[in-house]
Amino acid sequence: MEPPVALEKQVHLQHFAVVRAARGRAEETVTTAAQSPRALFAELGLAAHGGLDPSWLRVAINDAFCGWDDGLRDGDRVVFIAPVSGG
Amino acid sequence: MAFHLTANPIDLAECRRAVEDRSAGGFVSFEGWVRDHNDGRPVRALEYEAYAALAEREGARILDEACARFGAARVAAVHRTGHLVVGDLAVWVGVSAAHRDAAFAACRYVIDEVKRRVPIWKREHYADGAAEWVNASAPPPPASSSAPASAAPSPPRDDA
Repeated sequence: MEPPVALEKQVHLQHFAVVRAARGRAEETVTTAAQSPRALFAELGLAAHGGLDPSWLRVAINDAFCGWDDGLRDGDRVVFIAPVSGG
Repeated sequence: MAFHLTANPIDLAECRRAVEDRSAGGFVSFEGWVRDHNDGRPVRALEYEAYAALAEREGARILDEACARFGAARVAAVHRTGHLVVGDLAVWVGVSAAHRDAAFAACRYVIDEVKRRVPIWKREHYADGAAEWVNASAPPPPASSSAPASAAPSPPRDDA
């Protein structure tokens, strides 16, 4: 049984590339009631202000890829991952 | 199997030593270089940024997959971060295997999957002074049929 997700939590965000450009900073800590990365993404207004779309981004929690509707917990580290372009 | 990021120039002799194996009869490597153009625009430099913790984890997973799928003896890869100029070595992949077919196939698999899955981003600096993140303005094309089921993103354009 998974422990309950706190209503309000602190989440640490790290931003790279176009997401960093859209957010205007490399990292931040936010207090949020968002229950999932998808809700947090919406709360941050990245789609509206950054022109970013979750359908072509990925997301990671605590340095592991995760689903957009996975649960968020207090202290999680979240990264929204734009399409990659290494190589 | 090791996937490394480095902000320093890649040492090819050191890379090659990482895949030496007495059971191997063949060695294949791939080098990705910074070229002077992309999509018809003159390029003067590139800047690579990585989400290091996940990039090294996903990179190592790809190398393990290459060994398991193709029976390679050893696989290694190194990717640069930071500012690179035309002619610089941006990425190196090396594979040793008992026979050449496995070495070629595994090397191709690794570079394709690195470009598709590893959280590294490239910003192109053009001759006219403009700079843009590559692949950032539009959704990527559909995933390749060779991708493992766990890998969600689709391949970037073939620009290496």
